Amino acid sequence: MAACRTFSLLTLLSTVCVCSVVNAGPPSAPLGIGRPAPAQRISAEDLTILPDGTGLPAGRGTAKQGAPLFSQQCAACHGDHGEGRADFPPLVGGRGSLAGDQPVTTVGSYWPYATTVWDYIRRAMPYPNPGSLRDDEVYALTAYLLYLNGIVPESEVIDRVTLPRIRMPNRNGFIDGWSGVSWPVSHSCPNDSVLSMPP
Amino acid sequence: MADMIRRRALLGGGAAAVGAGLVIPDVAASRDLGAGRSGYSDRSKYENAQRVFRPSATPGTGASRTPLQDLYGIITPSSLHYERHHSGVPSIDPAQYELLLHGLVTRPLRFSLDELRQFPSVSRIHFIECAGNAGREHRGEPAPTVQISHGLLSCSEWTGVLLSTLLQEAGLKDSAQWIVAEGADAARHTRSIPIHKALDDVIVAYGQNGEAIRPEQGYPLRLVVPGWEGNINVKWLRRLQVANQPAMSRDESSSYTDLLPDGRARRFTFEMQTNSVITRPSGGQHLQERGFHEITGLAWSGYGRITRVEVSVDGGGSWRDAELQTPVLSKALTRFRVPWRWVGEEAVLQSRATDETGYVQPTREVLVAARGMKEGPDGFNHYHGIKPWKVNRDGSVSHI
Repeated sequence: MAACRTFSLLTLLSTVCVCSVVNAGPPSAPLGIGRPAPAQRISAEDLTILPDGTGLPAGRGTAKQGAPLFSQQCAACHGDHGEGRADFPPLVGGRGSLAGDQPVTTVGSYWPYATTVWDYIRRAMPYPNPGSLRDDEVYALTAYLLYLNGIVPESEVIDRVTLPRIRMPNRNGFIDGWSGVSWPVSHSCPNDSVLSMPP
Repeated sequence: MADMIRRRALLGGGAAAVGAGLVIPDVAASRDLGAGRSGYSDRSKYENAQRVFRPSATPGTGASRTPLQDLYGIITPSSLHYERHHSGVPSIDPAQYELLLHGLVTRPLRFSLDELRQFPSVSRIHFIECAGNAGREHRGEPAPTVQISHGLLSCSEWTGVLLSTLLQEAGLKDSAQWIVAEGADAARHTRSIPIHKALDDVIVAYGQNGEAIRPEQGYPLRLVVPGWEGNINVKWLRRLQVANQPAMSRDESSSYTDLLPDGRARRFTFEMQTNSVITRPSGGQHLQERGFHEITGLAWSGYGRITRVEVSVDGGGSWRDAELQTPVLSKALTRFRVPWRWVGEEAVLQSRATDETGYVQPTREVLVAARGMKEGPDGFNHYHGIKPWKVNRDGSVSHI
């Protein structure tokens, strides 16, 4: 401990010396670099959807409306009913399988937040043409996937109010970080306790 | 003098035997004028180290692996840095490019590349490793070569501006807890980074190994999140949003999670844990003769500096300390070397790393006992068990 203190004192002294000689300390913010980002520009580019629904746009859809869309836009890769195909993952099923020998991780069995389904469809799907779906279509496809997984009824209207309220089956199935881990070996693992999670 | 003239005459005819059994190969004898200068050079035409990858259903999706067995030192040539894309490599015109920084800040800002280069800069050497690297070892399907087992691992000198500098410029609000980063690839890959890491050592990088970042590595701008799983090192960075919670994007809330025996899963398991692997001799190589061979490999830890690498040549019966190439850098690859004399017998070679937090690289058995055998949505992540190679009597090296 004493050695540490001596070391930091020396470090401090040498820093002071350097500063006085070349007048170079850490620059203080702001440096005035960059230009203001207009609110309009931000809202045009901001794709983030938070688990509490922040960022969800207007629009609505039901599973009934989503079924024909799924056939056109999704079934070629994910199967007629979301069962998956050779190189593409299933989106449906696996409820109750996680604790067993053959876990099947799908939207229904594994994903903890319904907002993530909406976000990922808008962000990345359909694979050859991401960003091409209208917001109503994204709501309808989300509703259809939740319906196929037995999470919402076929006629339930999904919109920016109802979507974040949906409680996914595996919502409480996760442990955050390596926290509390003493395996496989014990060591000091910094910063695991400071993750701030959604309510 | 007469001898010299005669020798020249002989050499002019190509490879030639001179005197009693002395052969001077063409290459040493050639006096042809060499090639001229060039604006940007390629490697020797005789060199052929390659990334390897399997075809995938969608060509823009998947990974290619670094030939660790062919590399020297700790820096991965930019052309051989492993790749992992979700929707292909976008082509981005830097003149049209801007980074957007907004959310819980007092001054939402946008930056051109020139403006980003105006900031105080850092250059730091860090590894990037895919969370799924060596996952097949966990599964019990040991790879035949180190490129296949551990090739989702590379190390570069990254140059850019610290994320903390940009966040200070924009002014963080008190409620700031997470930074949501988003790429400009077609799928708009996105991950959330806790504020403590964002303010620590994350680099918004435009340089890789002394030049602009390669397109496959995120040109013109990427995040380097030292020591953390590759997926969070967002490439083609277009947007940074300060938030009070993680976005729970697909890649952080369901992919890149670690499924446990009881059916629960760990998420936000960011750090790539203490690891090492012998790259020479390694699977697929062949010891041509008995006698001296150097055993060399790479060690790394997402927690900090490597402090020790031990090597065993008898299947873990005994261990000796390897020499670590200096300087040993935090969250960078560390080259280790140990001299060895191969007497022509079978030998099982393996390495075991320790880092500055005291984490000792475990065996596969210990890891499997602790984490079980359940595969998550993208297989096994964060495997870092000891990897043995077997040297056979004929000098061939294979996996166990």
